Order: sequence, then C-alpha cells, then structure tokens
Amino acid sequence: MKEVVVLSGKGGTGKTSIAGCFAALAHNKVLADCDVDAADLHLLLQPTDRQTEEFWSGQIAHIDETACTGCGLCQELCRFDAIHNFQVSHVSCEGCGFCARICPVNAITMQENKAGHWYISDTKYGPLVRARLGIAQENSGKLVALVRQQARKIAADKGYSTIITDGPPGIGCPVISSLSGADLALLVTEPTVSGAHDLERVIEVCRHFKVPATVCINKYDINEQKALQIKEHCANVGINVAGEIPFDTAVNRAVAHGVPLVEYDEGPAAGEVKRLWKNIEELISPD
Amino acid sequence: MIISVASGKGGTGKTLVSTSLAISISAKEKVQLLDCDVEEPNDHLFLRPVITTSETVSIPVPKVDYAKCNFCGECARVCAYKALAVVPGSVLVFDQLCHGCGACSYLCPESAIYEEGREMGVVESGNAGDIEFVQGRLTVGEAMAVPVIRRVKTKINRDSLAILDVSPGTSCPVVETIKDSDYCLLVTEPTPFGLHDLELAVETVRQLCIPCGVIVNRAVSGETLVHEYCIREGIPVLLDIPLDRGIAHLYSEGVTLAEGIPQWQNAFTNVYTEIKEALHERSRCA
Repeated sequence: MKEVVVLSGKGGTGKTSIAGCFAALAHNKVLADCDVDAADLHLLLQPTDRQTEEFWSGQIAHIDETACTGCGLCQELCRFDAIHNFQVSHVSCEGCGFCARICPVNAITMQENKAGHWYISDTKYGPLVRARLGIAQENSGKLVALVRQQARKIAADKGYSTIITDGPPGIGCPVISSLSGADLALLVTEPTVSGAHDLERVIEVCRHFKVPATVCINKYDINEQKALQIKEHCANVGINVAGEIPFDTAVNRAVAHGVPLVEYDEGPAAGEVKRLWKNIEELISPD
Repeated sequence: MIISVASGKGGTGKTLVSTSLAISISAKEKVQLLDCDVEEPNDHLFLRPVITTSETVSIPVPKVDYAKCNFCGECARVCAYKALAVVPGSVLVFDQLCHGCGACSYLCPESAIYEEGREMGVVESGNAGDIEFVQGRLTVGEAMAVPVIRRVKTKINRDSLAILDVSPGTSCPVVETIKDSDYCLLVTEPTPFGLHDLELAVETVRQLCIPCGVIVNRAVSGETLVHEYCIREGIPVLLDIPLDRGIAHLYSEGVTLAEGIPQWQNAFTNVYTEIKEALHERSRCA
C-alpha cells in the first residue's frame, strides 16, 4: 500500500483540485481529506456518507460555582490565562488539568471535549475518509491521524493499493501528522514570492520527517521567471519537479461544477495533471 | 483598534489585503501590521521591513534533578499530554508533546523537576516605511503555533490601528489570533471552496461575537454565490478585487496592490472608513 500526501505550505495553491484529479485518475485507491480544519475535497467528489462518528479529544476544565471559594489559586497557576473571574474560557483552556489537581476544595472537574466528527463515505471514485474539526478546537493532529488510520484500515481490509491524501496548509501539527510515514509528498506551489518562500519551509519539514518529496508548480505561466527560480531551488536541494500546470480558467469552472478537472475538461491544465499523475505513479511504483 | 484579516480557506488573499490595507492607511495614521500566520509568514516578502529586534519564543519544559527524583511516577500521572514517562532509573521527557502547563514541576512531591525554556520560534519587530511591523515565525519541525502567536500579540500597540494577518482555517491558532479583535475582515474567493470555507469562518467569528465584513478576491462578474450568501446572512461585502492577470503578476513579484496600482489605496482606505462606521454604529446601538 502506497500513500501519497498532497501538501503546499501556502494555502490556495491548488492541493484540493489536484487531489480531486488524482481521485479520478488513480486505480484502486482510498481517498483521505486531512485538511480537517477546512475540508473541501468532498465538494469535488460528491460523497454519500456511510458512517458518521463523533471525535472526542482532550478535556476542558469546569468550575462548580457552588463549591468554589474564590481563593484564586487556579487563576494564578494557569499558564494559558484561561480562567477569569472563576470562569473557564473554552477557547484558551488547553485541558492540562493542573487547576483541577490543585483546587483546595475540589471545585474543578475535567470534562470530556467533543472536538468534531469524522465520516466514511462512498464516492464514484472510491471510499473517502474525511473529518470536520469543531470551531475553535485544537488541531493537534489527532483527528488527522485518525483519518489516515481509517483510510489505511479500509485499504488493508479491502485490498486497495493506493491512498491519496489531501493535506492541510502550513507546517504545524496537522501537516506533520498528515506527512509522517507517508510514501511520497507532492508539494504544490505557485510562482509567487509567497509560494516559493512557503515551499522552502515545507521542503524542510519533509526532510525533517524523512518523507520523499516531489514538486508541482501550479499556474507556472503567471510568472515564468519565478517558476524558473523555483525549479533552480528544487534542483539545488535535490528535489524533482514532477509537473508544471499552466494557468487555465477551466480549473475554476470545474470547481464551480463540483467535478475534478480531468473529468470536466481536456484542455492544457487537465493534460498536465494527467502527466503529473503518471510521474507520481512511477515514483511510488515498486521498482 | 484591532482588525484581523482572516479566511477559512488558504490562499484567498489575506496577505494581499493586510499589506495593502496597512500601506493605504499608513499615509494618514499610525498603523501596525502583525503577521500572526507564524507557520508561513509572508507579509515581510511584500513590505521588506527593516527588522530591529528579534526575540526567541520558548515554552518551559521539565528537566529532572536526579539527585532528588525517587521515580515515584507522579509527574507522568499528572501530565495530560503524556509528555513524561517514568521507567526504572530514568524519567523520559518528550519535549514535543509538552504544552508547558507546569503541573509536573509544581506537583512533584520531591521538588525534583525544574523547567527550562525550549525554543520554538522567534518574534521579529521593525519598520516598513511608516508601518510598525511585527512577525512571528515558527521553527520548522515544531508543531505548536499558539505560543508564538501569543508572543506576537503582546506587541500590539493599543494606541494605533493594529492589523493582524491570521493563518488560514478555524482552529486554535485562528481563534487565539482573532479572539480580542474589534473587527474581522474575511477574505474569500467566489468559488464553492471559497464559499464553503467562508461559512466556517463566519461561524467562528460569530461564536466569538466579533463583527465581520467580507472582501471578495479574484472576483469574476457573474460569479455571485459569495455575494448572495453575504446578502442572506446580512454580512457587508466591503470590496471586490477582480480576477486579473496584472494583479496576480504584481503579487507574484512581491509587490503590494496598494503600491503597484496606487489607485487602489482609496479603495482600501474606504474599507477602513466603513469598518470604523460599522463599529461606531454598533457601539451606539449597544
């Protein structure tokens, strides 16, 4: 079983559009949307939910007002500034439980926290595992890990050979959780100063976690000189550029129609995405 | 006043809006730009600030004084993050899991735990023209952005306008950044992805009771789904920035819209005026 994760550092470079195409192009695959904070892959794959589960994670302190003597020790010791006027801020509480342990009258209890939902769905392209983190919840990477674990389980049980994972932007917990142990990271960038800057950082993350990476420059012809600089940088750090997708309004139109680009259009961008997938298949195929 | 520039979806134009808003307003009044997208801070690429101070951000993590430790295991029991494990003759500390709550050191019966700072990022301050500039930068490989964001926010100058560039999404880094803002500008694009993630962002700011307005980036005439949503929800659309290759090219070169096409400065100062009016109206009605 091979797992390809699509990442970018910078948001909005085209991860989901490309992952959606891979969903249509790959054979025998499971799909996983690990952008649990703002999942969009389902908007292209039109899933039917088969299973919905609650995701419980961490705890939140609760102060029993009738028992509290107002001594203030909890407020003084909380490092997250989460207690004001003997009320716990659900936004700031990190669930460490320190306050509950030191309260002299045991007025504080730790309550389980429902942090979101996850779903197993059917799509015409294969099974999809996705999740929805609750608003303001900590994206610790645990829900991402759960989505990946479920996708792997489905792949192992049903004999799927590939997992296509749409990853989150950034370089923090959810990205690390999406990346670690994957077989290949496809880093989607764009020829802009921000795209180039963020790509360098996400390449470092891949290095740090020893996951092989390959790069795709999306909308490369918006600024061909910048695209060239990105290619030079990739060559310098020994990373191959597996695709260069031209700017093509068909990409937005496909999103507006809620279908993967390669199923909507046969224009220049669609052609290049197909070539990109061929390259990736070669990179993950057992040689 | 604090204005946050956020979006559910990444790559919709937060950096473009934050930098151009700051430049446009700085001609008339004091403005501070704080880049709180500490995983991928980009504002510096457009403003090219002169950084004058840099401070490291660290969180306190436990260290064990083996002269005092009797391996009772209490520290591991009280740690909610499983950052400590006690095995015969040794206490294992997993720094990456530690949130720095301090429970282990406080509750150790032998007072055998002390704390040392573990570096997880930097906060840099300086100036870009008339703009006071601050940015946080999470160290690559580190997972927790919130401590760096908290430190960036300690630099907010309450006497001037503070513009906060927020990371994408709706989870803890976003909420930590925007929670005490006076107003939240939500930048989106007129696609189903943009709309879906805008709805999540609106839900977030509403939970925090922060008034908001929308800027539609890469607007295309006829693509009205975001505008229709905003009308339904009673959210003002403060500005449309068209889908335009010229604007995209400026951005790709690291040139702000307000400098590349100075006529846009008026549009951004108008956004600021509308925000002030909305907040004035709100305080009058409250």
